Amino acid sequence: MAFNPDNHGLRLFVRYLVLCLIALIFIFPLVFMINSSFKPDSQLLADTSSLRAFLPVGDISLNNYFGAFRRAPVGLFVLNSVLVTGATVLLSLLICSLAAFSFAFLRWKGRDVLLSIVIATLIIPFETIAIPLLLLVSKLPWIGLDGLHWGWLNTYRVQIIPWVADGLTIFLFVQYFKGLPGELIEASRVEGANWWQVYYRVVMPLSGPVLATAAILKFLVMYNQYLWPLIVVQQESYRPVMVGLGYFFQLNVAWGEVMAYLTLITVPVLIFYLLLQRAFIASIASTGVKG
Amino acid sequence: MASKLTLSNRTGWTFVLPGFALIVTFIVLPFFFAIGLSLTNQRLLSPNPTQFVGLENYRQLLGLAVVTLKPERNDAGEIIRNEAGEIQYPRLREITRSEAYPQFRGMREWFRWQSGENVMVVIASDVVFMKALVNTFLFVLVVAPVQGSLALMLALLINHKLRGINLFRTIYFMPVVVSIVVVSLLWRFIYDGQNGLLNSILQALTFGLFQPVDWLGNPSTALPAVMAMSIWQAVGFHMVIWLAGLQTISPTLYEAAAVEGASRWQTFRYVTWPGLRNTAVLVLVVITMQGFALFAQIDVMTNGGPLDSTQTLVFQAVERGYGKQDISGGSTISVILFAIVLAISLIQRWLTRER
Repeated sequence: MAFNPDNHGLRLFVRYLVLCLIALIFIFPLVFMINSSFKPDSQLLADTSSLRAFLPVGDISLNNYFGAFRRAPVGLFVLNSVLVTGATVLLSLLICSLAAFSFAFLRWKGRDVLLSIVIATLIIPFETIAIPLLLLVSKLPWIGLDGLHWGWLNTYRVQIIPWVADGLTIFLFVQYFKGLPGELIEASRVEGANWWQVYYRVVMPLSGPVLATAAILKFLVMYNQYLWPLIVVQQESYRPVMVGLGYFFQLNVAWGEVMAYLTLITVPVLIFYLLLQRAFIASIASTGVKG
Repeated sequence: MASKLTLSNRTGWTFVLPGFALIVTFIVLPFFFAIGLSLTNQRLLSPNPTQFVGLENYRQLLGLAVVTLKPERNDAGEIIRNEAGEIQYPRLREITRSEAYPQFRGMREWFRWQSGENVMVVIASDVVFMKALVNTFLFVLVVAPVQGSLALMLALLINHKLRGINLFRTIYFMPVVVSIVVVSLLWRFIYDGQNGLLNSILQALTFGLFQPVDWLGNPSTALPAVMAMSIWQAVGFHMVIWLAGLQTISPTLYEAAAVEGASRWQTFRYVTWPGLRNTAVLVLVVITMQGFALFAQIDVMTNGGPLDSTQTLVFQAVERGYGKQDISGGSTISVILFAIVLAISLIQRWLTRER
């Protein structure tokens, strides 16, 4: 086939056109959300019949944002989500990497059995254990500063602790650790380092990529939590952002305020994603190597 | 690593213990709880002691039968017809409430069809559960192939060295990082019957010929609408997994195909696709698992309606276990759901076993 520069240019143009049209399909609801958050309700609804729905035109203001804060304790919901997400991500990185370290580098009785159990849990979807887990956490004990309590409902801990350890995170760490040079670990043992020192002085500094992957995956799961907090947290003061949304659907729904709230809880994640998009995409891709 | 240096029972267990204990407490234990609870009448808060009820919960959910309704006949043995000429049948109640058929007691009609002069009626102990079961299977059966193949097409489109291609990959993946709750709410606007963006777009494209549809309010379009949105939301996720698979295929194979003069289809058929075998299995498994877990979209968009046309297994499990505080009923649905997921992943594993 002869190479025709004009034909090549045309094909390139068509290719970009297709790519752009598909991009529009993926981006239009978000553009609509952000633009609508600045419009009064009447205009928001009227604009949906034209392209104005996707443009910041007409009576533009921040009123919906003020309204959202007046209507619901938005700051509290965001704080709850940040707290629960942050605590879970940090605890998960520590506890899962420690377990994986033991699975990957140490030899001990029962190791293979325990690792098989951990891997086997990958097949249990959370949705199939949510209801019995609800019963379990409603009866669990807890020792706080003010003594012994029974029941974990309506707390931060019920949103954090069950999500700290999971098979996928441990598995990702094990896979990564097995790729590290074993001589390095042996050498530091010979030099007299104890296992804890090997873990945090030798292995952790080499684990940047897998820590990023595990953190991003956990972050996405935790920040977007819905089903679990919906059933274990009835008290407003512990609600995360996604469940807090229900607040906007009591009584009369002000769609502009809903859009403002959605924008508030989504745009920070989108910015975070755009800044770290390579790491985000790499972390999803790495879940694909488990096959 | 076979030296004595790595042998340490004490350290090994110490490092593993926190993580393993959490997994056992919050995943393994509830899993066995689910099985145990499904054999009881446990409620979240109840003054009465919990009783063992055996397989009663399963019978309550899975009870299914077909009954035949014969036409009503007059004394002469002729079929009775009404003014419109329609054959008259006895009412179903006469069977489901009859002392003569204790096995059908309390069952309700799910659907019926005409068979000659008779009518066959499928009755179920729990019609809502049956609808949820069918909807969930339908969802997976449609979403898995459509989402999987669209994601592959996107991956092939993106897998070129083109200026700015990363930007497109970033955009296609964007809905994945947005919460499904947020996405579902936005799509309520898109599907709305009065101010919906989808109706506006379709009317603009057909110059006003298109009649507006209340996509989520109509029993025949609600589930397809939820499917379409779910495909849109997660297709970028699977695109990325396909891309990772594509990048494992050696470029020398493509060079060889080019030298042999293979067409683009032949290259795909004999180089790309065989190299994606494992990825294909993974994508299917993940979509299937996600599909059976369908909940948030339903909770935000339709609440299972209209007319139970979007009921799903997880939605029913939550509605019973949490909404009605019927822990045993919710657990029973969970166990059935898990059995289905397990069976499907075993079938998938068997179909793709190393030969």
